[in-house]
Amino acid sequence: MKFGVVIFPGSNCDHDALYAVERNLGEEAVGIWHQSKDLQGCDAIVLPGGFSYGDHLRAGAISRFSPVMGAVRRFADSGGLVMGICNGFQVLVESHLLPGALIHNRSLKFSCKTVRLKVETASSPFTAACDPNRLLAIPIAHGEGCYFADDATLDQLESEDGVAFRYVDENGDATQEANPNGSSRNIAGVLNEGRNVMGMMPHPERVADPAMGSEDGLAIFRSLAVSLATAR
Amino acid sequence: MSSITPQVVKEHGLTTEEYDRVLDRLGREPTMTELGVISVMWSEHCSYKSSRLHLKGLPTKGEKILVGPGENAGIIDIGGGWAAAFKIESHNHPSFIEPFQGATTGVGGILRDIFTMGARPIAAMDSLRFGLLDDPETGVRNRHTVEGVVGGVGNYGNCFGVPTIGGECVFEPGYSGNPLVNAYALGIFKSDEIFFGQATGVGNPVIYVGAKTGKDGIKGASMASEEFSEDSEAKRPNVQVGDPFLEKLLLEACLEAMKTGAILGIQDMGAAGLTCSTCEMGGRTGAGVEIDLSLVPQREADMTPYDIMLSESQERMLLVAERGREDEVFRVFNKWGLDAAEVGTVTDDGLLRVKNHGEVVVELENSFLTDDAPLYDRPYTTPYRPHPLDGPGVPEIDGEAAKAALEQLLAAPDICSKRWIYEQYDYQVRTNTTVGPGHDAAVVRVKEAGVSLVMSLDGNGRYCVLDPKEGAKLAVAECCRNLATVGAEAVGATNCLNFGNPEKPEIMAQLVAAIKGIGEACIAFNAPITGGNVSLYNETLGTGIYPTPVMGMVGVLPHMNRPAGTTYQSGGKTLVLIGGLLPGEDDQLDRRFGSTQYSKEITKEVWGLPPALDMEFEKAVQATVRKIVEADLAESVHDVSDGGLAISIAESCFGETRFGAEISVDSDAPLAALLFHESPSRIVVSIDTSNLSNVERLAQEHGAPAVVIGRTTDDPKLSFRVNGTLLFESSVGSLYEGWDTALVGMLKS
Repeated sequence: MKFGVVIFPGSNCDHDALYAVERNLGEEAVGIWHQSKDLQGCDAIVLPGGFSYGDHLRAGAISRFSPVMGAVRRFADSGGLVMGICNGFQVLVESHLLPGALIHNRSLKFSCKTVRLKVETASSPFTAACDPNRLLAIPIAHGEGCYFADDATLDQLESEDGVAFRYVDENGDATQEANPNGSSRNIAGVLNEGRNVMGMMPHPERVADPAMGSEDGLAIFRSLAVSLATAR
Repeated sequence: MSSITPQVVKEHGLTTEEYDRVLDRLGREPTMTELGVISVMWSEHCSYKSSRLHLKGLPTKGEKILVGPGENAGIIDIGGGWAAAFKIESHNHPSFIEPFQGATTGVGGILRDIFTMGARPIAAMDSLRFGLLDDPETGVRNRHTVEGVVGGVGNYGNCFGVPTIGGECVFEPGYSGNPLVNAYALGIFKSDEIFFGQATGVGNPVIYVGAKTGKDGIKGASMASEEFSEDSEAKRPNVQVGDPFLEKLLLEACLEAMKTGAILGIQDMGAAGLTCSTCEMGGRTGAGVEIDLSLVPQREADMTPYDIMLSESQERMLLVAERGREDEVFRVFNKWGLDAAEVGTVTDDGLLRVKNHGEVVVELENSFLTDDAPLYDRPYTTPYRPHPLDGPGVPEIDGEAAKAALEQLLAAPDICSKRWIYEQYDYQVRTNTTVGPGHDAAVVRVKEAGVSLVMSLDGNGRYCVLDPKEGAKLAVAECCRNLATVGAEAVGATNCLNFGNPEKPEIMAQLVAAIKGIGEACIAFNAPITGGNVSLYNETLGTGIYPTPVMGMVGVLPHMNRPAGTTYQSGGKTLVLIGGLLPGEDDQLDRRFGSTQYSKEITKEVWGLPPALDMEFEKAVQATVRKIVEADLAESVHDVSDGGLAISIAESCFGETRFGAEISVDSDAPLAALLFHESPSRIVVSIDTSNLSNVERLAQEHGAPAVVIGRTTDDPKLSFRVNGTLLFESSVGSLYEGWDTALVGMLKS
């Protein structure tokens, strides 16, 4: 199977995502330049972290107009798997492929640290291989990562089992102290209605390599591989 | 009537003698643009006219040094056909005037120095110094400066995509009006793919790439070469504005363009912008460079030749390509959406010739601007010393006072956790950071070469003001000691020399002594200097900073394993102090104690001398610890530095899981010295008791004492016993709380 990692001007976790897929997951990965409309026959698309277009205007606001995003939208509409990490998540909400918005952290400061995540649903192609009873320790690194949506949207998201990950404490509770950026209902990652598009602020590709001390993030990439293999 | 009056000459920072030299060499009056060009190239910042003579004494050669000082960055061989380029540079003056932009452009400048040589930046660090945050008079401004500088460093590095993996941050009253912002970066490349800032091949095109030229930062280099006064606010327009997104594009475009093989030389436009890049590229090869300013991409409509030549707009590069292959270069920059324009050609006359719409506005010899710039042997006396030699001495304290002092020191600005700072930096991007901020040394793996690079930044202005030469040696020693804690030896070093006004003989004496100390220590530790930066005139209203040489050291580990950290990993481990309790301390202990954090924070006086350093002893300690680490005998390794032994032990309890320690030592030394004196050459390791004989054997082989000082405990309590008597016991949880929250508390004060 083949993963495509989109490279926008200003993407800077593109290499990391390519490395995680190729070297840690052991699957083929290619970079896709943002001006290309050709997804090169990829089975899954990753929108990586970074500061596409320098976060000018709002994070992700300009990238949504990149030629590649038309192709990504068509790919998603036809059921293709799309995962957005950090800036990729911001691009997906700006593109209305995912509900809600990502606004400045409540602290108004960039924040880089490892947080605990609870896998809220294992019934998605992005979490199928995760153990829902095990908390994941995955780093965040963002300035605009506060997930925001109105109550109606949040209620609907929850009723559809659309919350992929929540920020939690060591007991698995979604407390205010465990919320690193002020996200509504501690939401760290969400799924679309079709469950084939997922965005998350934490960086699973940073903890996908045993040599770096943790494989917590690899579970998410493995889920994608398992789901793609099953679908074949 | 001449427009160049003595007043105009003075405003350009040139002395009468320097201007006479210009008239002599040219045989005519310079044009205004020429005067501007000469003034920035001859500024202290660009010419190193006060320090060059003394810097010549530094060791610069070594087996693994591929490129030494004089280029945009120094380069070392890291093995496997790969090399690393690194350098540290100051951005002190701009960061005082406009903290956020000053810091961003400092980071941007050092990153460009790295990738202009063809290396991809993979790590950044910063060494910061500010005034006291809770000072009733200056606190408000100091807090504003810290917020701005930290935000700026983070903003640039995060967006650019380079991890900021470590550094240091110190607070002293003298940095109030003169904060120090020293930015360091390191990049990697194949050792046969190095690019230099040189103009070669007569007739080859000179190409300008990157951001358009605006009016920002005009004469920034000159501003950085004078003292501040009350009207420094008016210099705000001299500070440049950084755009990390543009720099990220410039990085990718430059590295891609270099791969075409069409680029022969390239240099970034940093201080003194187009002026410096043109005359230095020509000066290095003896070639001439001719450009026409009408071809330079400009942001504003009414820019004069003077403005364009002296602008310090950021994110710009100048390169020389092979004639006939320009299109290959343009194609790459076009892909990344960047301006690229042929602005001139390489000539054979050794001149910098600048035209504006065909009319010559500058015609100067490149060598006159670079190699033949003024060189001063400034008079120096004995180093300026604001503190007395004798003071209160080592205080007599009991267990209760020691416990209170430990709590107070852990929450002191220089010692407390810097988490508030480094969490604003992305220290993980590129997924190579095996040891990040908050430890002795930072480590990144280099997947391409199968090695790890170890780095550390260190300086101590308080030690240096008490003895500039010894203080500088101590900074070198501490840097090397930090490297040793993860098993590495220094391969190369860079330095940033932050001092006051060199025209004052007692300040010049500080500079001369510190450079001597660095030279001696770098020879002893076999750490050649590959480059760096000198920042003088760090004075406001006549008050100077502590002399602050900051060292940056790089070492190489032949593997990519994650080193043991500085914190305990389990209870029941034996604690061994390599180096012994108070090594090398003599009958001067009462004086030397005056340089410690204890004296600064608790006695609230600074006096005396820095701690005693014996470099051969230090080397023995470091060699022992490297062997211990290599043999994988230690669970944790942490050096003893600011605050002394008690602080080092407490910090090691503050891991992700908190452990305790029972310390028990036998000594007749005064308690305050035993716990809080800052004797160098000491490293604490926690080991399995079964490894003790191995550790003792290694120490003996290298001639370093190894003293068992206690053990770690699962119970998070920290206790100290001397000669069998329990002095005090503290809860690690409450010590941690004080250490962890102090900085945020001060920022809110």
